[in-house]
Amino acid sequence: MSTTLLNVTNATVRFGGLTAVDQVSFEVKQGELLGLIGPNGAGKTTALRSITGVVQLTEGRVELDGERIEHLPIEQRIRKGLSFSQQLVKPFREMTLLENVAIAAASKKTISPLKALFSVNNTAESLMARSMLDLVGIGALANQSPGIQPLGVLKRLEMARALALQPKLLLLDEPLAGLNSKEARELASTILELNNKGATIVLIEHNLGEVIRVCQRLVVLDNGRKIADGEPRAVMNDRQVRAAYLGADSVAEGESPNAAA
Amino acid sequence: MGYEITLLTTMGISILFALSLNLITGFCGQISLGHAAFLGIGAYASAVCTKAGVPFLLTLPIAMLIAGAIGVFVGLASLRVRADFLAITTMGIGFLFVGVVRQQEWLGGELGISGIPESGLSRAMFMVLALALAAAAAAFSIYVKRSWMGRVFDGIAEDEDTMRVLGVDAPAYKLTAFAIGSGFAGVAGALYAHHLRFIGPESFGFVESITVLSMVVVGGIGSVAGVAIAAALLSVLPAWFQFIGDYKLLVYGGLLFLMMRFAPGGLAGIVTSIRSRINIAKAGGSS
Repeated sequence: MSTTLLNVTNATVRFGGLTAVDQVSFEVKQGELLGLIGPNGAGKTTALRSITGVVQLTEGRVELDGERIEHLPIEQRIRKGLSFSQQLVKPFREMTLLENVAIAAASKKTISPLKALFSVNNTAESLMARSMLDLVGIGALANQSPGIQPLGVLKRLEMARALALQPKLLLLDEPLAGLNSKEARELASTILELNNKGATIVLIEHNLGEVIRVCQRLVVLDNGRKIADGEPRAVMNDRQVRAAYLGADSVAEGESPNAAA
Repeated sequence: MGYEITLLTTMGISILFALSLNLITGFCGQISLGHAAFLGIGAYASAVCTKAGVPFLLTLPIAMLIAGAIGVFVGLASLRVRADFLAITTMGIGFLFVGVVRQQEWLGGELGISGIPESGLSRAMFMVLALALAAAAAAFSIYVKRSWMGRVFDGIAEDEDTMRVLGVDAPAYKLTAFAIGSGFAGVAGALYAHHLRFIGPESFGFVESITVLSMVVVGGIGSVAGVAIAAALLSVLPAWFQFIGDYKLLVYGGLLFLMMRFAPGGLAGIVTSIRSRINIAKAGGSS
């Protein structure tokens, strides 16, 4: 349980004069469900993107399973065992839900153009895609087009696609955003279930209720810096975290400052 | 008989050429407005070789390799720029090809290369060769569509960034599409050179690039059957109607505009929508 799967050290991302992520370090243990939270603009998504390679780190290092990956392009990081469910859903609209997931499931066959050219059969990928869709609860819609689906389905599709890569580490960027409370609760429970089955997950989420319910540990960012890291209840009682979420004034009215840091 | 043979040979070459662009633009979604340059590279490579005494059939793979290699080089541009910028870049490459060839004494300069040796095949056999190569390109295209390469191309054509997030090496696939498409265009060029036995820089200019693009668009971007039919039809029109030959750019450019505006799916799209309408009518009638 205690082996470190992902190790982020002094990660810094600057866009021109703006420092979006500032000297952030944290680690993710094998089998953990880690919540990465913080107010809007705290740098959560940028931090996540710097792990996947969508954004380049200005400084710092990212190690996956003991191997440095911060210099690799996106697709190679994905092939090392990361997978990324994006905040804005981007299904392929010309494909069915099943085909959307199958193309991720085919990653072994699509590793090079030559290999892909000589691979025609898609039975195994379709089966796997079907089981991933079942896993996130939208198996019944497998042959429909994503164009006509509500956001809740597309969010699940995005997650099924990320899972089909069979990642070592699953990064979820606001999977619950835009869902109603019932849908959000269901999807959060699905995430917890995946974690119980052994998936290591980093979850970025604004829905604090669900985050506290499902996550074992929280990392809190504010203004690009890490301000707290620990067990959810303790973190949420932290003076700095409360200040970040509620504004500095409300701390004075709060209970006695908590020592968690 | 001679007239029909000429017509069918022209058709075969055009189908091969259009299918080669379809691999790049139709399958992989990479627009090219300079594809005639690869027809030209193949034509010049093959003509220079046969003039030096190399047997014609041997020049086909040579033309394919040279055009394919330069295609990869041009494809590198597609890794840096996208969509409209790629259109402008490839257009520039088309002009660059004409501009460079014009200045080369050993390629005949402005006058081009005339007196290209006979292919060594009878005219009927040459026609069979052109049609067979066109059929082979069609069969290969259909196979690609069914393979995982075709599925990845679909994904890249629609959303390259998401494909990368799914772990697909999109640059490698795009370069592959450029290599294969340009290589096939090179073969078409070798046939073209030995069919007409005269080539000049103007034979591979912007007008030709627009002509082949209009074949792909009229047929239905990505549709193998549609593109083959459109290429067959559009390649013989100038022979049947004098004014089309005179106003090529106007006719093909206009066709391109009309199809993009009113039937972006091309012939293939029109057929599909008619079919689904018939199905709806049938379903409506039976209920």
